[in-house]
Amino acid sequence: MHDVREALMAGRASDGRPVRRPLSPHLQVYRPQITSTLSILHRITGVGLGVGTLLLVGWLVALAAGASAFAAVQWFIASWLGLILLFGWTVALLFHFCNGIRHLFWDAGYGFAKPAYHRSGWLVVGVCLVVSLVIWAVGLAVW
Amino acid sequence: MAMKEVAGSGVIMRSALGRVRGLGTARSGVDAWWAQRLTAAALVPLAIWFVLSLLAHLGADRTAMAQWVGRPWNSVLLLALLIALFRHLALGLQVVIEDYVHGEGARLVGVSIMKAVLALLWLAAVVAVLKLAFAG
Repeated sequence: MHDVREALMAGRASDGRPVRRPLSPHLQVYRPQITSTLSILHRITGVGLGVGTLLLVGWLVALAAGASAFAAVQWFIASWLGLILLFGWTVALLFHFCNGIRHLFWDAGYGFAKPAYHRSGWLVVGVCLVVSLVIWAVGLAVW
Repeated sequence: MAMKEVAGSGVIMRSALGRVRGLGTARSGVDAWWAQRLTAAALVPLAIWFVLSLLAHLGADRTAMAQWVGRPWNSVLLLALLIALFRHLALGLQVVIEDYVHGEGARLVGVSIMKAVLALLWLAAVVAVLKLAFAG
């Protein structure tokens, strides 16, 4: 036992054998719901956008560094890998953005009724996908 | 911090004065939570502006992009974006690390390394924007 809080994890099975209490939620038997799925997606897209920030920093630094550095970054972004990363960044940003606004409404005390958070959850999914596709349709048409 | 056992209701982790005033902690306890929300709210307009600006500059060459970053208001908004974004990111990653890394030592090291890396990246981006801002 490394932490006194682990004392709370000690329990007994029905046959009296001492066991370590299971942790909740039990992910292996947990039915995914819109609420829990969007919650973990918010965290995953947040971490993903953190990694994507490397691209933003690299782009700004290359822009300031000079023509050859900027050409290298532009080449990478325009490559297949770069475009896939950029598309993922768009979807992640839009999801985190929309779901973040949903969180701000919750923080202000709105939208806690079950039908409301189900509706707002699906709204976030819809807006995220539609706006991502619109941005890329416009982008590819202009580019 | 006085911890008091109240019959049937468990431990109350509030200072006596805080409980009298109904404030819980002396308010510094919500700093990180509040900063996460404030930076989120700031990032709403800044992110829209940044993504629309990028879309408007698709296919632009380096000179045009550098001039765009260097214009005073664009520099200011980019710096504001970098401040809000990196603060928001650091707070978010700290929560993630604290949730999944058990053990005080590993957690402290993890959070410290994450913050050091973010600080360097943030400074690099800020210096890049400032260089372009003062270039013209």
